Amino acid sequence: MIGLKVEGLQVRFGDFTAVHELGFEVAPGESFGLVGESGSGKSTVLRAICGLAPHSRGTFALTGEGELPAPGSKAFRRRVQMVFQDPYGSLHPRQTVDRMLAEPLAIHSIGDAERRITAMLDAVGLGSAFRFRYPHQLSGGQRQRVAIARALILEPELLLLDEPTSALDASVQAEVLNLLEALRRERGLSFLMVSHDLAVVTHLCERLMVMRQGRAVETLAAPALARGEVAADYTRELMKASAGFVRA
Amino acid sequence: MLEVQNLRVSYPSRDGGLIEAVRGVSFSLGRERLAIVGESGSGKSQTGRAILGLSAPGAIVTADALRFNGTELLRCSSAERRRLRGRSIAMVLQDPKYSLNPVMRIGEQIAETLCAHRSVSRTEAQRRVLQALADVAIADPERVAKLYPHEVSGGMGQRVMMAMMLIAEPELLIADEPTSALDVTVQLQVLAILDELVRRRGMGLIFISHDLRLVSSFCDRILVMYAGRVVEEIEATKLHEAKHPYTRGLLDCLPRLGAPRHPLPTLQREEAWK
Repeated sequence: MIGLKVEGLQVRFGDFTAVHELGFEVAPGESFGLVGESGSGKSTVLRAICGLAPHSRGTFALTGEGELPAPGSKAFRRRVQMVFQDPYGSLHPRQTVDRMLAEPLAIHSIGDAERRITAMLDAVGLGSAFRFRYPHQLSGGQRQRVAIARALILEPELLLLDEPTSALDASVQAEVLNLLEALRRERGLSFLMVSHDLAVVTHLCERLMVMRQGRAVETLAAPALARGEVAADYTRELMKASAGFVRA
Repeated sequence: MLEVQNLRVSYPSRDGGLIEAVRGVSFSLGRERLAIVGESGSGKSQTGRAILGLSAPGAIVTADALRFNGTELLRCSSAERRRLRGRSIAMVLQDPKYSLNPVMRIGEQIAETLCAHRSVSRTEAQRRVLQALADVAIADPERVAKLYPHEVSGGMGQRVMMAMMLIAEPELLIADEPTSALDVTVQLQVLAILDELVRRRGMGLIFISHDLRLVSSFCDRILVMYAGRVVEEIEATKLHEAKHPYTRGLLDCLPRLGAPRHPLPTLQREEAWK
């Protein structure tokens, strides 16, 4: 099991600073959530960790036992994988499921692709009947399962989840959340998950950090949030907003 | 005000068959807030579009009755429907990023709606545009009227769209997922404005959404749709007493703050619901 330690992370796009001096730690085997509204920089943090966004200052490193690869290396990418928000946009429209799952294996020169692909499809509850389909032949929930399979086929230990269920219907969201939880238990994964939905984050994560405009507002344990034991006004505002509309 | 009986919308498929998106929906609406809730593909948006006459080309729309204030909509000429659309029945769409004209200033877009339906002078139009923007709680209407849609945030864009739909003073507003593209806190601001407008003008509202919890706090009555049919109609305050297994399943599968359940219950769909 591996974890992640982030210190003083700063991400700038030109003159605009998207993430300011951010630090947090994901313990090995832990599930940690980043919560905030759009523009809070939560997705940018994930993108910086996997090298999709430039970080101008700060460090991040894997934690845990044994020899750990440096960020940006091929070995790092093998152990840290990402699942994106929108399964309608993150799968190649002209590639079959089989080809999408075979590609990471080819990049990392991992053999035995045949067995790994069928096993992975079974693990995400799709079965080999879906192996030669194209994304447009799948529903939203099935696509997100393919995206999860694509990330997990390298047997990573840390999974970066960027709003994995926000594009899905409520009933499909429940299925995908259950799948993520089961896979985490079976494989001893660590999660770093981004979401705007407090209920989803507290369901899947043990601890979470609330972000606003690129800065940390507070870090707290999920059960404390559920009990309403929060320190910052902004967190309280978010909780109130997610409880629904109150008629005047 | 609006009466819908046995509304059906179907699309011819490539192999010569028909795909039925809406299969016999009936309801009536007064000056109240009705929610239509369902998952993607349940036909909720198709129902809203059929009422406005905005179904995609090729759609076959039939109904025993589709009456708005006594006018049988399906027997109207397209010119007559165009006259009703915007003036008497208006629609707010989901995502302001895609539903506003990107190359037209916000003030001009709103004035265009007004001038299409009422004959007003330029100065009067200008005055009403600023008033409409002020009505949706935009602090500086004169500045916002001169902006282009890409220069405003999502929440502001959605308020602009509401101003545009309300300026011709329609009697019925159809809102198709008006807040789904917005952040939770902005969502509440937009709903509060909608709430105030509907109440003050005594409009009828059809609120189309996938979010059962949200509509139960905002609307008076809820229609739950599944596979093109209404499976349950229920008072919003009695949602927790819902009887249909689909409605119950939808409510049950959401994660709740403070009541952890692992794993979450999932929805077991049954053929009989169709």
